Amino acid sequence: MFTSTAFASILPEILILIVGILLLVVEPFWKEEQRRNVGWLTAGGLFLSMIISLLFGQPGEPITTLGGMVRFDWLGFFFKQLFMFAGAATALLLMDNEKVGRRGEAYLLLLASLIGMNLMAASADLVMLYLAIETTSIPLYVLSGFMLADEKSTEAGFKYLLFGALTSTIMLYGFSLLFGFAGTTNLYELAEMFGSGGLSPLVAFSVLALIVVGLGFKVSVVPFHFWAPDVYEGAPTPVAGFLSTASKAAGFAVLVRLFFVIFPDPQLDLARGWAMTLAVIAAITMTVGNLLALPQTNIKRLIAFSSVAHAGYALIGVVALSQLGAASVVFYLAAYIATNLLAFGIVMAFSRVTGLEDLKDYSGMSRRSPWLALMMLSAFLSLAGMPPFAGFVAKIFVFAAGIQAGYVWLVIIGILNSIIGVYYYLNAMKYVYLYRMPGEDEENHPVPITRPYAIALAVLAIGVILIGTVFAPWFSWSDAAALNLF
Amino acid sequence: MNFPVLSVITFTPVVAAIIILLLPAQRKNEARAVALAAAAFALILSFWVYFHYDQAAAGYQFVETYRWLPALGISLKFGVDGISAPLVLLTGVVMFTGVLISWGDDHPHVMAGIQDRPREFFAFLFILAAGVFGVFVSLDLFMLFFFYEIAVFPMYLLIAIWGWVVTREYAAMKLTLYLFVGSVVSLVGVLAMYWVAGQNTGVYTFDMLEMEKAGFSQAFQNIWFLPVFLGFAVLGGIWPFHNWSPDGHVAAPTAVSMFHAGVLMKLGAFAALRVGIMLLPQGAQTWQWLIMLFAAVAVVYGAYIAFVQKDLKYMIGFSSVSHMGLVMLGFSTLNQTGLTGAGVQMFSHGVMTALFFAITGMIYDRSHTRQIPELGGMSKIMPFATIGFIIGGLVSMGMPGFSGFVAEFPIFMGVWGAQWLVAVIASISIVITAAYIMRNIRQVFFGEMPEKLEGHMTDVTVLDKVAITTLCLFMIVIGLFPSFMVPMVEKGVENILRLLGGA
Repeated sequence: MFTSTAFASILPEILILIVGILLLVVEPFWKEEQRRNVGWLTAGGLFLSMIISLLFGQPGEPITTLGGMVRFDWLGFFFKQLFMFAGAATALLLMDNEKVGRRGEAYLLLLASLIGMNLMAASADLVMLYLAIETTSIPLYVLSGFMLADEKSTEAGFKYLLFGALTSTIMLYGFSLLFGFAGTTNLYELAEMFGSGGLSPLVAFSVLALIVVGLGFKVSVVPFHFWAPDVYEGAPTPVAGFLSTASKAAGFAVLVRLFFVIFPDPQLDLARGWAMTLAVIAAITMTVGNLLALPQTNIKRLIAFSSVAHAGYALIGVVALSQLGAASVVFYLAAYIATNLLAFGIVMAFSRVTGLEDLKDYSGMSRRSPWLALMMLSAFLSLAGMPPFAGFVAKIFVFAAGIQAGYVWLVIIGILNSIIGVYYYLNAMKYVYLYRMPGEDEENHPVPITRPYAIALAVLAIGVILIGTVFAPWFSWSDAAALNLF
Repeated sequence: MNFPVLSVITFTPVVAAIIILLLPAQRKNEARAVALAAAAFALILSFWVYFHYDQAAAGYQFVETYRWLPALGISLKFGVDGISAPLVLLTGVVMFTGVLISWGDDHPHVMAGIQDRPREFFAFLFILAAGVFGVFVSLDLFMLFFFYEIAVFPMYLLIAIWGWVVTREYAAMKLTLYLFVGSVVSLVGVLAMYWVAGQNTGVYTFDMLEMEKAGFSQAFQNIWFLPVFLGFAVLGGIWPFHNWSPDGHVAAPTAVSMFHAGVLMKLGAFAALRVGIMLLPQGAQTWQWLIMLFAAVAVVYGAYIAFVQKDLKYMIGFSSVSHMGLVMLGFSTLNQTGLTGAGVQMFSHGVMTALFFAITGMIYDRSHTRQIPELGGMSKIMPFATIGFIIGGLVSMGMPGFSGFVAEFPIFMGVWGAQWLVAVIASISIVITAAYIMRNIRQVFFGEMPEKLEGHMTDVTVLDKVAITTLCLFMIVIGLFPSFMVPMVEKGVENILRLLGGA
């Protein structure tokens, strides 16, 4: 049973586990001031894992391995690479965080949740899926509340835990009902039941609704978004960045697989009903996220609400239920992960030096550190959907998928929302480029950045521009991933 | 043609922007030198393209195709025709002169040019220029849109950072939102065209030469022509969506005003022509009356508002609305004379308005006021600039012997052919334009110099004179030798007429 294909299908997870064990072995022998190097080890290990799994772990024809638990296909593979990339970047960004950077267990928790995310992207069975989701979530609860002395961080961790536990219970209830009605937990066998009409439409609809609650929490769509801004604000910033990118993408990985496998034919009544439901959720999510982002004065809360809105844009691709739709979601998430990590990375680099997180504290930043300001400009324009940055093509692809599927009204709402987005992203850039520090002596207040930040930010910024200009390879990958669903 | 001249032109500003950003912050003069060298290089290449365009062969030339995303039919396809070749040249000219007049002047009374963070200024300006070049040469709709958006967002930063302190934040945000709304409205239309063209032909592609043959149904064209055309035409300053434009002109620093009025507004008109009229010709015929109405209102209303302005830059800003209205009016005729006139007018107005803004900037940098009543007697201090402004004024009035006549006369002829009443109404603007131009030349350049300006004023720099001369030369050459540009534009118009006639 444990063949080489089965081994290859979980190769990335094995590699991450090895990195984690190595970390546990080495860390106790390092002195306090050396422990920061655990970050190098984690990032380097994840980078190596990416390369090794790219070389030896590429999937062929989609296949279900390990007793039907894990699906080995390009969709899962592409997401795994994305998660490991995000994990490596987060590890680098963690290193110089004053309170978290020297604690080996933070990196270990990061790796643990990465294993969970990887399995989420590959699960073909409800049991596996639930285990993966919990493996992802529990380390993240701990990480969010990692700064015990900090009230906001404790609150963030607790809030995240409560919300997470509640929604995951509801989802588990949905899973159990599904098993009760269908007699199987395998996703692909369930899909056949749905396809052949083996379930009554009402039952099928309501069971899926329970599951969407759990996933909606992960990807933070309205009305399951309440936790996001508070948790992002309170959690250590690198963790917030990780939550808003990799964790959200993992939720989408499941959502995409679930909906595209269950609804291979978008013309079915049930499929159309769900597409319409998701379309409404997407429209509300975009609008609420953007409107609430408008009045924010704290930069982390601003990005938090904007990331709620971005879940809405990405959802348009799921609504389309077409191959282009799936490809555009995957592409959107790749672009979004790079962009949002860049945005959070700059916030971290800036607040490490200044200790400040309000928009007004960014006044005069372009004079204090022109390169950091340029990177922030790239990140924010990418979030706003301007070329030549990743966000532009990503948005066009989801909109194109939406129009192809006939959801012109949804695309128009998406476009109206991008206009709101442009307003508040540019408003933030006004502080960076236009306003000056009190005293106008920016030359005496540089913002030095340390090497891990420099590496992480440079890689992310180049990534944002590369995805936005040379988009063919990324799109081909996303398309290959999407093809596996049909 | 092996040398990829169009992509070199398009990406020269990008490379220059990167080099400038990599220079140390204190090296302001080196940054300026790199900018000037890159602008000169782009100008020489655009001249080369202009003169090597084979008019006998017509059609799209210097075509380069690179597969970009075959799965969706996106390719990087560049090429110029008789409409876009003059506009590429125009961009080269405005870019070159814009860098010249941004160089600055160290005279103590003069705050000319860009002194604050010139590295970033030139970098953003050049990204903008790359976007503009890209739109003019793109034959792929996706790439056209891509470059179009690139041309829009640097404006925000250029105006908000280096603009006029009083209104820059308001104007920059207003401009960006207007343009962004316009472009995304067009985007929906563009995507709809892509899918429907693919369904009709079975080949999904953004290649505009293929999309021309898509055979859109009359109903489809009627629905989508207006969003696509008006969405782009917002950037062309079409009434009633022109409001952002004068505010933007006034708040922008001089070189950006030149770019904005000289090139960016052409970008909107050009995209409206190429995507709206050329891909949806039957829609254009359906809505011809509406475009003509909007354009005629813009022509007269813009001129009247310009007439009552006290601020020199607002005056030029509204005169731009009026003159761009003439371009739209030319488009709306959908006949050969009108379209040819509109093509020449785009170039003529671009050069003329760049000159106006350059000289206004030179005056403002020295006098620190743009209020027309507070100015006077400039001809004694800056005779060279005075001559330049007068030449620009004559072009603006449409005097024979200058490019304005070559452009406006065919437009009015074309409009007469389409709807004589509109021609009569629109011609009122000629009188109003002549009135405000002559009044302002008298007030600003002649007469007594106000006391508080005495002693503060200095003559323009050598670089400024080079810029003024370059711009004036084009207006005179086209005026005296229309064959320099008219036959070229006619070749481009033939293609449009073929699409309209084939409808």
